[in-house]
Amino acid sequence: MAYSKELLDHYENPKNVGSMDKESEQVGTGLVGAPACGDVMKLQIKVNNKGVIEDAKFKTFGCGSAIASSSLITEWVKGKNLDEAHSIKNTEIANHLALPPVKIHCSILAEDAIKAAIDDYKKKNRKNR
Amino acid sequence: MSMKKIKNIYFDYQATTPVDPRVLKKMMPYFGEIYGNPHSRNHSFGWEAEEGVEVAREHVAKIINANPKEIIFTSGATESNNLALKGVAEFYGDKKNHIITCVTEHKCVLESCRHLAGKGFKITYLPVQSDGLINLEELKKSITDKTLIVSIMGVHNEIGVIQPLEEIGNICRSNDIFFHTDCAQAIGKVPLDVDKMNIDLMSISGHKIYAPKGVGALYIRRKPRVRISSMISGGGQERGMRSGTLSPALCVGLGEACNIYSYEMEKEHKTLTKYKEMMLEGIRKSCPDVYLNGSEESRVPGNLNLSFAYVEGESLMMGIKDLAVSSGSACTSASLEPSYVLKALGVEEELAHTSLRIGFGRFTTENEVKYATDVIVKEVKRLRELSPLWEMAQEGVDISKIKWAHH
Repeated sequence: MAYSKELLDHYENPKNVGSMDKESEQVGTGLVGAPACGDVMKLQIKVNNKGVIEDAKFKTFGCGSAIASSSLITEWVKGKNLDEAHSIKNTEIANHLALPPVKIHCSILAEDAIKAAIDDYKKKNRKNR
Repeated sequence: MSMKKIKNIYFDYQATTPVDPRVLKKMMPYFGEIYGNPHSRNHSFGWEAEEGVEVAREHVAKIINANPKEIIFTSGATESNNLALKGVAEFYGDKKNHIITCVTEHKCVLESCRHLAGKGFKITYLPVQSDGLINLEELKKSITDKTLIVSIMGVHNEIGVIQPLEEIGNICRSNDIFFHTDCAQAIGKVPLDVDKMNIDLMSISGHKIYAPKGVGALYIRRKPRVRISSMISGGGQERGMRSGTLSPALCVGLGEACNIYSYEMEKEHKTLTKYKEMMLEGIRKSCPDVYLNGSEESRVPGNLNLSFAYVEGESLMMGIKDLAVSSGSACTSASLEPSYVLKALGVEEELAHTSLRIGFGRFTTENEVKYATDVIVKEVKRLRELSPLWEMAQEGVDISKIKWAHH
């Protein structure tokens, strides 16, 4: 199976690897997937008081396509507001990385992860208000 | 345009082996000047080809302590396994209709059994213990007066464990049951003796022992005699059990591969044991939470099946891309199911996803083993830094207690 240059680059030099303080009110965390299925993504966003994502971090257990999908989406969401980030479609990720059909689920997982992170942020901030 | 050269190193000797140059050299004349049909009885062209085939047959017989008359050539171990099981079942099926095999057998054995189940045979699939070996008491318990044949492989292709062939053979013989064993991965790796081990049928493959692909053999005992129905109808070659003109070149290749093992087995075993220990120690020294799948004691040295917890297998393979290894993970296959073999051992799915099979063989060098160990360690560490599961484990979170949303 030959992977695209974009995919290999995100796998070999992943962007935004790391973790943020999940207790912080500014941080939303999404944890999706399952170890038994072979992929788990943790995606975190840091949102400023204007509602813009100013930083994003990820850690992923999964195949190269899963790592590349999460690296790419953290790049994309930075600078976006929550609605814009929420509207990112898995097909955009799949197209950008030229994912083969058996790897489409990796892009779906990345979309799920960002949505989960946004939900987590919103839930936290609703409670605190 | 210049291309960056990547040196690829082969660590997949259980998938196949390169042809040994000494084997190829013996084969070459049979692609050229010795072109007769080995079954032509009336002229020197036939006799010359036949002689090559018969010497090869002797070499194959010798390393398993059989008589050359008990060896027939086939296209490979898949055909041999099919012929052994279906051939015996068809010949004796009206008297006995029960077959015992094991859940971790090669697909060609399992599929042959499934085929026979469709024809009315009862099949018992023995489970394996967590070390990959069958429980002999379970075997004894599953025997009935209708049991015709037991089929258990010698050395496992995926996890490298050695089944207790002699003990299984004893149980079969004392119960008047045929014992078939798929020894594709065992020839040249462990000493085999069909008499001492009471083996009635044995499948042999060429391309796992430095002979070419497309040739194998089946040992069929003559005393006490085992009869099989042939699967291929034709001119009655190979004592009527496998029609079709033999390829003398391929037969000679298989014979020479066996011949080489008859004097090099011990030396090779020592070298491979050294490599195995080097790599296993090297990895364990630098990486915690790495597990060897299958028995550590009863295994061949050329096979390391390892689970690198918290690192998914395919991503690891991508990271060590100049090393040709095989993965127990789902993601490389279309099925998205982790290995049925690791599952049978009771390896949890999440760990099965982190498994690699690393295979050494005759042409592996010490430098390659050192290089591979370094590359694997480096990549496992890098990917663990990327892994949320590794992070949780370091924080003391029990991953098994988390409610994961399965998708």
